[in-house]
Amino acid sequence: MTAVSMTVNGTSVSADVEDRTLLVYFLRENLRLTGTHIGCDTSQCGACVVHVNGKAVKSCSMFAVQADGADVTTIEGLAKDGKLHPVQEAFRENHGLQCGFCTPGMIMTAVDMIRRKPVLDRETIRAELEGNICRCTGYQNIVSSIEDAAKRMAAKGKAA
Amino acid sequence: MITYRFNYHRPRSLADAQALLRKSPEAKLLAGGQTLVATMKMRLASPSDLIDISGLKELNYIRVDESAVTIGAAVTHAEVAESREVQRALPALAELAEMIGDPAVRHKGTIGGSIANNDPAADYPAAAVALNATIKTTERSMKADDFFTGMFSTALKDGEIVTEISFPRVERAAYMKFRNPASRYAMAGVFVAKGKDGVRVAVTGAGPGVFRQGEMETALSKNFSPNAIEGIEVDPSGLNSDIHGSAEYRAHLVGVMAKRAVAAAMK
Repeated sequence: MTAVSMTVNGTSVSADVEDRTLLVYFLRENLRLTGTHIGCDTSQCGACVVHVNGKAVKSCSMFAVQADGADVTTIEGLAKDGKLHPVQEAFRENHGLQCGFCTPGMIMTAVDMIRRKPVLDRETIRAELEGNICRCTGYQNIVSSIEDAAKRMAAKGKAA
Repeated sequence: MITYRFNYHRPRSLADAQALLRKSPEAKLLAGGQTLVATMKMRLASPSDLIDISGLKELNYIRVDESAVTIGAAVTHAEVAESREVQRALPALAELAEMIGDPAVRHKGTIGGSIANNDPAADYPAAAVALNATIKTTERSMKADDFFTGMFSTALKDGEIVTEISFPRVERAAYMKFRNPASRYAMAGVFVAKGKDGVRVAVTGAGPGVFRQGEMETALSKNFSPNAIEGIEVDPSGLNSDIHGSAEYRAHLVGVMAKRAVAAAMK
């Protein structure tokens, strides 16, 4: 067992884990943050995307020990003071989900995408969603949600 | 899926990493882990120890001068793709990095890992060979032509660690790949470069490992245009043949990607 400490959604956490514990299991089973999903388990589907030190990564493809000392954000960490993040808001309003299984990964990927590329067209959004699979929606409304969120966040950024 | 048990190490220096490697013959280096972790989950690899070199400052730099773009082994694909310096000095290399995997994979995967793993469908080996890159390790420097020795194999010896890859700057270069529609890996990827080492054409994805296409190099040296390679028939013998496509189909794709790459390099 190895002692790991990291910040998850702004809170410091420490635990003893086996070196082979994947970050996604640490989040779901040790911390009970079950918003991060395990879809394919082979790093194809993106349901497990979280942010480590501000960058979107697949939490099924790294070990918890690799995140020792890191700052981790999961889907549970996006809403602030009971208010949804603008990307979550946009997914709700644009009907960007059906069954919802892929949604946490889609939203974490979208937040990262908008941070890196504040101006997004639909083609870029589709290219950036390469690593996230949705089996319900046909992606149309997911793309619309991200497009809408990027616009709202840009407008808000200008106003502020 | 969980992996077999192993011991994780995070050395503070390259020297410490080497010492750990020497101590455990069944150890593996962990950089981005975007191939290794999946391989371990599928039980295709079961190293006794993982030595995490991703955080080593000694391997984390991009240097650009008049003659070359030099990249430390632990630099991620996203960092290469987003580097203004690389975009200016060797745009084809930044574009190639942006085409690897997906954004989350690019945030973790490293150039050193890609080169050392030498997946027959990996993108970086094509750039390294076409640009006549020099690969530096803890022991020596090698030309890319000598480094890649076949499917998942390289000239690296036990305990030897890739530290940097130096790509000569060239006049013109471009990379084009035809992705497998499901896996998105290259069915055929062609990197074309024209510089002081002449014209070099490197192919990935189509065969058991990266290889140069000599006939195209000769034709493009005389006339650097897509027309120059129009009539060249790529020999399918030795190319991959599987449920995704026959060797003949891949040979055809090599021709198409090469022409597109030359056209893109001319822009």
